[in-house]
Amino acid sequence: MPLKIGRGDVGHIHEHAREAYPEECAGAMVGMNLDGMKIVVDVWRADNTHEEERGRRFLIEPLKIKEFEEKAAERDMEVLGFYHSHPDHPAEPSEYDREHAWPVYSYVIASVGEDGVTEMRSWVLKDDRSGYEEEQLVS
Amino acid sequence: MPKIKIPTPLRQYTAGNSEVEVGGATAGETLGNLASEYPDLRQHLYTGDGKLRSFVNVYKGDEDIRYLDGADTEVSEGDELSIIPSIAGGRCK
Repeated sequence: MPLKIGRGDVGHIHEHAREAYPEECAGAMVGMNLDGMKIVVDVWRADNTHEEERGRRFLIEPLKIKEFEEKAAERDMEVLGFYHSHPDHPAEPSEYDREHAWPVYSYVIASVGEDGVTEMRSWVLKDDRSGYEEEQLVS
Repeated sequence: MPKIKIPTPLRQYTAGNSEVEVGGATAGETLGNLASEYPDLRQHLYTGDGKLRSFVNVYKGDEDIRYLDGADTEVSEGDELSIIPSIAGGRCK
């Protein structure tokens, strides 16, 4: 299912990725499913609380996820997925990403280097957890 | 029977239900029964060797069962368990 994300929200993700560099950043994308498309209405930053190696790992704690889910529901929206950055690495999910992924959620990955974000792609875990399907990003 | 709250990404495996009632005397048993009742859910909750995945968090009320008695945490009629995701990932080195 395509993920529609406007330029403003793309800009927020890029900014977060640049600020966090060389560490990974992460956050939630909230919005709604409409006419076969996931429409992002807002992006919310999360702290990367992974205890170490934040240059190649990120973690969003469960209570933060719960808070995002509740905050989205109060606004008649839902959490569509999460973004994170891959510093100096392609915008493709790693084996570590796959092992930790949930179905349904969109996983947007931004490849970021010293000069900023070079690529952003979106992925959804396959039902059988064997890999990902790429989702079309629509602006 | 205890209730289990199902997070958004797993509701497609519980016929769209955000909450289901499943029998069980402990958190571990209740989750196991949930996975038996909805078999497509199992692979997302457990690893191949039957351990709960590290990013699957189970709360009894407001408390993470890891800080109670883990899978042996007792549950009874009317208790509410919640499956809450943590989101993790990162590039490989």
